[in-house]
Amino acid sequence: MRIYVCVKHVPDTAARITVVGGTGFAETCKFIVNPYDEYAVEEAVRLSRKDGGGEVIVVTVGKEAAVASMRAALALGPQRGILVKTDAQFLDSRTTGLALKKAIERDGAPDLILTGKQSVDSEGMQTPYRLAQVLGMPVVSDVVKLTVEGRRALVEREVDGGGREVLEVGLPCVIGATRGLNEPHYPKLPEIMQAKKKEIKVIPMAELGLSGDEGCTEIMQLAATPERGQARMLEGSAREKVEQLVSLLEQENVL
Amino acid sequence: MTAELLPAQDPAHLGIETGAIKRMANIGILIESGEEGIKETNFGVITAARRKSDGYLFAFIINGDAAVAQAVLETYGVRKVVGVTAPAPDFKARPELQAAALAAAVTHFEIAGLLGVASPKGRDLLARVAAILDAPLVQDCLKVDLDEGTVTKSHFSGRTTATLRLKGSPWVCSLRPNSVEPAPAPAAATLEIFQAPSTDSTRIRVKAVKAGGSGSADLTEANIIITGGRAIGSADNFQVLRECAAELGAAVGASRAAVDAGYASHGIQVGQTGKTVSPKLYIACGVSGAVQHFAGMKTSKVIVAINNDKDAPIFGKSNYGILGDLFEVVPALTDVLRKRPQPE
Repeated sequence: MRIYVCVKHVPDTAARITVVGGTGFAETCKFIVNPYDEYAVEEAVRLSRKDGGGEVIVVTVGKEAAVASMRAALALGPQRGILVKTDAQFLDSRTTGLALKKAIERDGAPDLILTGKQSVDSEGMQTPYRLAQVLGMPVVSDVVKLTVEGRRALVEREVDGGGREVLEVGLPCVIGATRGLNEPHYPKLPEIMQAKKKEIKVIPMAELGLSGDEGCTEIMQLAATPERGQARMLEGSAREKVEQLVSLLEQENVL
Repeated sequence: MTAELLPAQDPAHLGIETGAIKRMANIGILIESGEEGIKETNFGVITAARRKSDGYLFAFIINGDAAVAQAVLETYGVRKVVGVTAPAPDFKARPELQAAALAAAVTHFEIAGLLGVASPKGRDLLARVAAILDAPLVQDCLKVDLDEGTVTKSHFSGRTTATLRLKGSPWVCSLRPNSVEPAPAPAAATLEIFQAPSTDSTRIRVKAVKAGGSGSADLTEANIIITGGRAIGSADNFQVLRECAAELGAAVGASRAAVDAGYASHGIQVGQTGKTVSPKLYIACGVSGAVQHFAGMKTSKVIVAINNDKDAPIFGKSNYGILGDLFEVVPALTDVLRKRPQPE
């Protein structure tokens, strides 16, 4: 099987985000592989090993700096990578979908495409759908279980109320991974060393016939979300604290 | 009022309303209904869809009973209730067919913008529709300004808030449940059944739906949530929270630490890699308050922290704090709630 995994280079979920210039942020913080994409990489590698052949290829749309996260993804087991190079951190999902499509089509015929259900920076929750649409493939996202049998996949996705939908989907298809699909392993030192030598092909976005202006949304403003301050600490015995709490919550009309 | 079956491409379906529709912006709302009828969260979406200046609200119901829904949708200002269907025997089990039918309805009724609830089902269907229509899409919006054509949403796990402009029409948005308070605005609605042209897409089929565990129902839609963190100590100890939840009319959630420790299922996890919730009241019991947890609940109206560690970060970003052992505080809360005079 030839499996493509789309990976985004994003700021660490615990990193401090400093807004710069009203629509951007200081990119000096620590960056990581988008956590949902990490599930996708792990799953692709496991499937490929079970299948006993083929190739897993990491595809990223991002800045040159994204190579660091691609190496981290390659340490989990994929054979090589493709970076579609752009100058912007925030790409509209429409642009990303088109860039991924063109990069994948130029490289080969996928049997399966895996990616995260969303990125943790712009939280778009739509790239799997847009990519599938432009490739003419079916898509299932929020996937917590994946089994491939021949030319079809059996998948489970999370739905309301903690339930799960079991779906059957034909291959090739796009899968959006979420937490629960697997537990990504910590790469061992030899895996990290090997990853440094793996091929990463860099394609400037313009070479794919894209200007970067394909987006259909535009960031007008980015602002730090105001935090609640220090909690009002309630005093007295447990009983007294709770009685005060109930009365305060009633006053706030939330009880 | 009787529903009529009308062919998809017949312009006459607009009937006497044609003139009015042409002048005003048509806003569509994807209505999500369950076995218990139309979910409460839809009314917030309809309220958000009522524009200041103009707008004609269409409610789209996929494979549900549009005639039954009509009365309640009218009270929130919907002008046309559309039952969307397609000639496929297993329409309900085909997300692609549902999306194609909804996209066809959006085109047919000249909808300028489509809104829905950012629930697992809503997000999936709206993303499919936006992809089919190649339309701008913003998921999990906290606010929409239809006159300005801008929406507000979380970035970086809620640490920043982004205002985005939607370029072009139709656009598609899902709203975080409970982000807009429902407000009635009675109107008279007409009813129509829209039968989408048949398509032969059979690539995806829902084979089964597995129900969630107890206590996990409608976490994202709950008005009150009580969550247990690692300090809960065991799966059995969640009973303390469930008893309190019964008095509160609350849903029970868990932090990632509690899920990782095996005390609760991932289905009820709140946070970055779990559910995003926005209740009126969020009570965190034995939750330390990591950024990733706040990513999933920081838009709650009131946050209460119960923790026995005075240095727990959660006390630095909540409304009310109780320093104490949750196994003492929560039963006391349950007891006080049980004994308080019942509101009218």
